[in-house]
Amino acid sequence: MTRKHVHIAFAVIALALLIFVPLGQKNYILYVLTSWLMFSIAAMGLNLTLGYAGQISLAQASFMGIGAYVTALITLAGYHWVFGWLAAMGLTFVIGLLLGYPALRVQHHFLAFVTLAFNTIVFLVLRNEDWLTGGNHGLVGMPRPDFFGISTGRNLQFYYFVLVLFVISAGVFFWIVNSPWGRAFKALRENPVRAESLGVDTRRITLLAFAIGSAFGGGAGAIMSPLVQFIEPGSFALIHSLKILLMVVVGGAGFFYGPMLGAAVVILLPEVLRFTDGYYLMIYAALVIVLMVYSPSGLIGIGQKLMQQIRPRQEVRKDMAKGAQL
Amino acid sequence: MSEFIQLLLSGLSSGSIYALAAVGFTLLWQASQTINFAQGEFVMIPAFFVLALSVKLGFPVWLAMPLAIILSVLILGALFKRLIVEPMHKHGTIPLVIATIALGILLKEMVKEFYSPLGQPFPSLFPQDVFSIGGAAISIPDIANFTIAMGTIVALQLFLSRTRTGRSMQATAQNPDVAEILGVDIKRMVMYTFLINGALAAIASILITPVYLAKFSNGEVLGLVAFIAAIVGGFNQIRGALVGGLLLGVVDNFSAAYFSSEYRQALPMILLIVIILVRPQGLLGTSEGRTV
Amino acid sequence: MIRKLAMTAATGLALTATGAFADVVIADVAELSGAGAAAGAVWHDGVKMAVEEINAAGGILGEQIDLREYDSQTDPQNSRAMVQKAIDDDAYVLLGTVYSSSTVVNMLVAQQNGVPQLTGSESPTITAKGNPYIFRTAFGAQKGLPKLGTYLKDDLGAQKIAVIWANTEFGKGGHDAFMAVAEDLGLEIVADVPTEQAQVDFAADVAKLASAGADAVFSYMTEEESARFLIEAEKQGLGLPIVGDTVIASQKVIDLAGEAANGVASHVGLTAEAPVPAIQEMAAKFQEKFGYGADHNAIKGYIGAYTVKYVTEQIGEFDREKFAETMHGLCLDAASHPGVLMDVCWDETGEMSRASFLVEVVDGAQTITKTLPAN
Repeated sequence: MTRKHVHIAFAVIALALLIFVPLGQKNYILYVLTSWLMFSIAAMGLNLTLGYAGQISLAQASFMGIGAYVTALITLAGYHWVFGWLAAMGLTFVIGLLLGYPALRVQHHFLAFVTLAFNTIVFLVLRNEDWLTGGNHGLVGMPRPDFFGISTGRNLQFYYFVLVLFVISAGVFFWIVNSPWGRAFKALRENPVRAESLGVDTRRITLLAFAIGSAFGGGAGAIMSPLVQFIEPGSFALIHSLKILLMVVVGGAGFFYGPMLGAAVVILLPEVLRFTDGYYLMIYAALVIVLMVYSPSGLIGIGQKLMQQIRPRQEVRKDMAKGAQL
Repeated sequence: MSEFIQLLLSGLSSGSIYALAAVGFTLLWQASQTINFAQGEFVMIPAFFVLALSVKLGFPVWLAMPLAIILSVLILGALFKRLIVEPMHKHGTIPLVIATIALGILLKEMVKEFYSPLGQPFPSLFPQDVFSIGGAAISIPDIANFTIAMGTIVALQLFLSRTRTGRSMQATAQNPDVAEILGVDIKRMVMYTFLINGALAAIASILITPVYLAKFSNGEVLGLVAFIAAIVGGFNQIRGALVGGLLLGVVDNFSAAYFSSEYRQALPMILLIVIILVRPQGLLGTSEGRTV
Repeated sequence: MIRKLAMTAATGLALTATGAFADVVIADVAELSGAGAAAGAVWHDGVKMAVEEINAAGGILGEQIDLREYDSQTDPQNSRAMVQKAIDDDAYVLLGTVYSSSTVVNMLVAQQNGVPQLTGSESPTITAKGNPYIFRTAFGAQKGLPKLGTYLKDDLGAQKIAVIWANTEFGKGGHDAFMAVAEDLGLEIVADVPTEQAQVDFAADVAKLASAGADAVFSYMTEEESARFLIEAEKQGLGLPIVGDTVIASQKVIDLAGEAANGVASHVGLTAEAPVPAIQEMAAKFQEKFGYGADHNAIKGYIGAYTVKYVTEQIGEFDREKFAETMHGLCLDAASHPGVLMDVCWDETGEMSRASFLVEVVDGAQTITKTLPAN
C-alpha cells in the first residue's frame, strides 16, 4: 500500500466511526460530539492561519461570534439558516481581509496584536449594542433548520447536519492545502526567503490564508447559533480565542488532523479528568507546557516521532520536525 | 476642573504600575524574544507570596514583602527561564507564546485552588491619608506608588546605561552575535534580564494590590494593559514602555469619564491598532532596533 | 431514538412504582470551578448539607437521595451540556445554576425535557421567559429593589440618585430593575455608570458619581468590585449614602473594604445574620461542618434541596409534571416545613416571595435594621 492509500483508508474509517458511533448515544454525548465538530471547524480555520501561513490570530472566537450573531439575526428574522451561514462566512472573510491587509502590510507579526485588540472590540460591541445583539442578555431561541422537509430539531439529526458541514469544511481545507496554492504555503513555511525568490507573493497568500481561516470561524459560529440556541457576548471573549489557539497547537499545527485532535482533547479532557475535581485546567495547562518543550508540533508530532522509531527508514520532513514558527 | 485633575493624577498613579509591568515585558522581548503572555499573572502572583508568608506562615509583613520579592526573582525569573524559556528557545517564537499562555492559566488556577477563589485584602505599606490638590483627592499610596515606580525605572535605566553589566546586557539585547564576539557572557546577561523582570513584577504587585485586592484573576487586565503599553510606547525602548504605561493609565480614566464607560476598554485597543498602522515601532521606538 | 426515550421513560416509571431499592437522583449543576466557584461551591455545600440531613431522616417518600454533582465551570455553554447530562442520568429535579448567565441557557434544556429546576439565580430575566419548570430559591432583583427604592425615598429622603453597576448579565438585570423602580417612585437618575467585570480601577467612576450632584448612590456589582469601589469612594471623599442589594453589605465586601464599608445600607434577601433562629441554627451547623461561614448562596442551596422534599411529599409521588404544577402558587410555612427556614411562596412564573431585611454596616459588621414583609 502506498502512503496515499493509507490516508484514504484512514479517512474512510474515521468517517464511518463518525457516522455510526453516535447511534443510540444519549443527548449529552451527542451534544458533546456536535460541539467537538463545531470547534474542529473553527480550529481548522486557525490551523490554516497558524500552521500553514505561520501567523498567530487571537481573534478566532470573535469570528465565531460574528458568525453566530449574524446567523442568529438572520434566522430569527425568519430566513433559512443557509443564508445565515453564507452571510456569516462572507462577512468574516471580508473582515479578515480588512483586518489582515493593514496588519500584514506593516510587519507581519503584528497580526497577533491587531487580532487581540479586535477580539476585545468585538466583545464590547456585542455587549453594548443592545438594540442589535441583545447586549448582556444575548439572543435566544434560534431555530434549528429544516432541509427538504427533514428537521434537524432532534440532537441526533442535528449531529448529522453538523457532520455534513464538518466534512465539507474538511474537504475544502484538504483541497486548499493540496492545491498549488497550498503548496505555496508549504514552500513559504519551509523557507520564506526561497519561496519569495521563486515568485511566491507571500504577503498575498498569507492574507488570503488568514481571511479564509477567519471565514471557517464564521462558519463554526453559524453552527453555534442553532446548536446552543442561545448566544451571549461572554462566549466569544479573548479567553475563548486562546482556547481555540491551544486546540490547534496541542493537536499539531500544520497537520490535517491536528485541530480535530486538539479540539477533542480540549472538549473531552474535563470529562476524562473529572475525578481531579477542579484541577483539570491546571493539569491541562501543565501538559501544554510540557508538550511545547518536547514536541512543539503537538500530539501528532509525538505520534510521528514514535512512528519513525518503528519505521526509521522514512525521512523526516523538515517543516514537520520544526513545527510552526514565526 | 477638579474632576480633570483627579482623573489625570489617578491615571498617572495606575499608569506608573502599568509601566513597571510593561518595562519588564519589553526587557524580556529584547533579551530573548520572549512574548510573555503570563506577564499579568507575574504581577498577580507575588501578592499571594506575601499573603502566603504572612497570613499562612505567620511572618511579619515587613519580612514577608522582601521575601516575596526574592521568591519572585527566583521563581518568576530564574525558574521561568530555566524550565520554560530555555528548552523552548530552539523551537522559535510560537511554541513559547503558547507555553506562556498556558503558564498564565496554570498560575491563575493554582492560586484559585490552593489559596482562594475569593479576593483577599492586602496590607498597604503606607498610611492611607488623603489630601487635596486642586480639588482632587490624592492619597499617600498614590504618590508613593508613582514615586517608587518611577524611581525603579530610572534606576534601571541608569544601571543599563552606566554600569558595565548593564551595558553588556544592552549589547546582548541589540546584537547577541557581536556581543558574544566582544566577550560578553550572553547567557548570564539574558538570565539577569529575567531576574530583573521577576523583581519588577513583584514591586508592581506589592504596590498595586492594596488597591486592586489580591485575586487570582487580576492578571487578566494587567497583562493586557502591560502588553498594549509596551507596543504603544515602543517595544524596544524602556522609556517607550514607561510613556506607554503612563499614557494608558490616563487614557483609561479619560475614556471612562469623557468618552464612554461602556467602551472604555475599546480606546486602548483602538490606540493600539492606530499605532501599529501609523507608527509600528511605537511612539518612542526606533525602527532600526530589533523589531517584533 | 424514540424507542430509547420510551424505554428510559418506562424504566423511570418502573423505578417510581417499585421504588424500594432505587434511589432518587437529584442533580446539582453548579459553578464548582471557574470564575463563579466562590458562589457555586458554597451553594453546593448548602445542597449537600440539606441532602445529608434529609437522607439521615429517611429520605423523600422513603427513598434515599442520590445527589449527583455537575460542574458547569462557570461557562454557560458547558452548563447547558451538564444539564443535558444530568437529564440523561435521569435526574428527578435539577438544582442550580447560580450564575444567571448560565441559568438562562441551561433552563431551556430543562424546559424541553420537562424537568423542574430550582435555581439560585436572582436575575429578573429568569422568571420572565414563561418557562413553567424554573423556580427560584431567592427572589429576583425586581422583587427586592422596590423595597430598597422606598427606603431611598422615604428613609433617606433622597431624590437624585447616581447609579453604578456591573455591565454583565447579573448587573444589567439589577440595573434595569432599579431603573423601573426609580421611575415608579419618581426618583431622578443623575448619573448612570456601567463598570466592567473584574474592573480594578474605580477612580474615573467615582469622580463621575461625585460630580453628578446626587443625594445617594445605588451600587450593583459583585463582591470584589463593590469593595474596590467603596475604597475609592472613601478615598475621594464621596460622602454620599451608598445603598445596594445583598452583595454590597456581605461579609466578603466588609472584609475586603475594611472601614470603607461602614455606613453602607443594603437590602438583603437571605443572610446568615438574619434574626431568624432557624437560619442561625443552619449557619452554625454549616460553619461546623465545612469550616467556613454560610452565606446567602449556601442558604439558597439548602432551601432548594428541602423544597424538593416538601413538594414531592405533598404530591405523594415522584412526578416531574405534577411537581412543577404543584409548585406554582405553593406556599410553604417554616413552622411545618422547617427546612425552608422562612415562610415562602412561589407564583405562576416560578418567582418567589419571602420576607427580607434591611441591613447597615456598622463598625465592620452587618446589622439588621429592619425586617421587610414579603411582597
